[in-house]
Amino acid sequence: MGSLDLEALAQGMGGKVHPLGIDVPREALLPALTALREAGCRYYLLCTVTEVASGFEVVHGVRDVEANRTVFVKTGTGKDDPRVPSAVPVFAGANWFEREMLDLFGVVFEGHPDPRRLMMPDDYPGYPLRKDFPMATPWGYRPATDAEAP
Amino acid sequence: MAEAPLQVVERDFGELAMHMGPQHPSTHGVLRLTLRLRGETVVAADPGIGFLHRGVEKLSESLGWEQLAPVYERDDYVAPTFNSLGFCVAAERLGGIQVPRRGAWLRTLTAELTRIASHLVWLGTWGLDLGGALGGGTTLYMYCFREREKILDWLEAHTGTRFHTNVNLIGGARYDLTPELARSARVLMNGIEAAIPELWGMSGDSSILRDRTRGIGVISPELAQAVGVTGPVLRGSGIAFDVRQAAPYDAYPELQFDVPVRREGDAFARFQVRMEEILQSVRLVRQILDGLPRGPIFTRRPLKNPKASKLPAGEAYAAVESARGELGFYLVSDGSWRPYRLKIHAPSFANLQVIPHVAPGLLVADLVALLGSLDPVLGDVDR
Repeated sequence: MGSLDLEALAQGMGGKVHPLGIDVPREALLPALTALREAGCRYYLLCTVTEVASGFEVVHGVRDVEANRTVFVKTGTGKDDPRVPSAVPVFAGANWFEREMLDLFGVVFEGHPDPRRLMMPDDYPGYPLRKDFPMATPWGYRPATDAEAP
Repeated sequence: MAEAPLQVVERDFGELAMHMGPQHPSTHGVLRLTLRLRGETVVAADPGIGFLHRGVEKLSESLGWEQLAPVYERDDYVAPTFNSLGFCVAAERLGGIQVPRRGAWLRTLTAELTRIASHLVWLGTWGLDLGGALGGGTTLYMYCFREREKILDWLEAHTGTRFHTNVNLIGGARYDLTPELARSARVLMNGIEAAIPELWGMSGDSSILRDRTRGIGVISPELAQAVGVTGPVLRGSGIAFDVRQAAPYDAYPELQFDVPVRREGDAFARFQVRMEEILQSVRLVRQILDGLPRGPIFTRRPLKNPKASKLPAGEAYAAVESARGELGFYLVSDGSWRPYRLKIHAPSFANLQVIPHVAPGLLVADLVALLGSLDPVLGDVDR
């Protein structure tokens, strides 16, 4: 797509370009996603989170199907109390992807319409995909029986 | 004394909350749908997943690059080859690893055979879901599984396993094709091609199936894009996107095939797309058998120690077109012998997400038709 200039978009949002897309500050995530949608990237691909030294990196993938172009929009958040705005108001498809990341990383998506855990049981302790979570469950977790359930 | 005339009283029974699954046979595994019903009409549907969550993404962070491909074959257990293929393609992109031509063609061959087998499972089980409408349903199911069995037998002769063929390696293929196997593959393709009209006669020509699937679960192109449905579901909604064409990998740049598209966006459109895809896969397999290049299938140095194989630091996203749609791997590497983070974009996960958007207003029986037409595999959804 000729009209989509990632460099200009990233600079306008106070971010920069990376090999797979753009890197924007947390406040500029929704404006950036909205601008990409207006520019033709109407297809929602995925949301993923990577744990980095400074906290967590949240990545949204969007695609312009006609121009066959995929852009990954990255933003960062701190380690304690990680929060990013939810992309669901812009892309309905972000719903489950963000719930999964909330479940497995403990990243809070502010403004998510349905912030429940997706994969793990509701009473599961901890966030399994964090690096400090060991491979074997350390807490002797077992799901609550019917008798114990609140 | 005369009896009082029978009076019909309209009563509103309110909404009924009902769980469908995880043990319900038409939920294709362990999907739980929490339904809010008014009479027999769905007011809201909330899919609950995670019953098959095995933590594959966490497991990926503890195994070496070379050890991981077989792990992903357990994700989507109806079309296993695509999972390891997607991982290998992504790892090759990250590491800049070249695949020898013959190896790439052989990987495509297994992938297309698996696509046919997977679509046959889908058609057979969908026939079961629609049940009595199709002569008890089991007839179609048995005919589909008869053809699929031949493919699995061929895969067993080729790789030693019927199912988790493990044919994909980072940088090539594991098993070479013998002339006898190439001959039997041609016979196999003739059989599949001859069976398709028969299967179509039992399903697509049936007015009952048409009545039960036309106009059911319509996904508009706008909704399909915003939710990010993929594969035959996306192409059934009029969007011609196929990873094999958009971002070709392995042998696809050299092969000719069409991408079937339907505009209606209903369950019948998705059915038509998949039926045509089977024929396109037959066409692809024949091209591969005709034009299979000579040469090595794997040129990298075989490894004894998985920790000796490292990929450069960086990020990469690569996808393959699985039987269910775009199966993508988002890799983050810190330059060590194992992935730092690995995200799987599972096509069934993306497709299942559309249910809360299209289920309201359907009858419960039509919800089953919709669910089957999305072709979810819960191992793929939950990973």
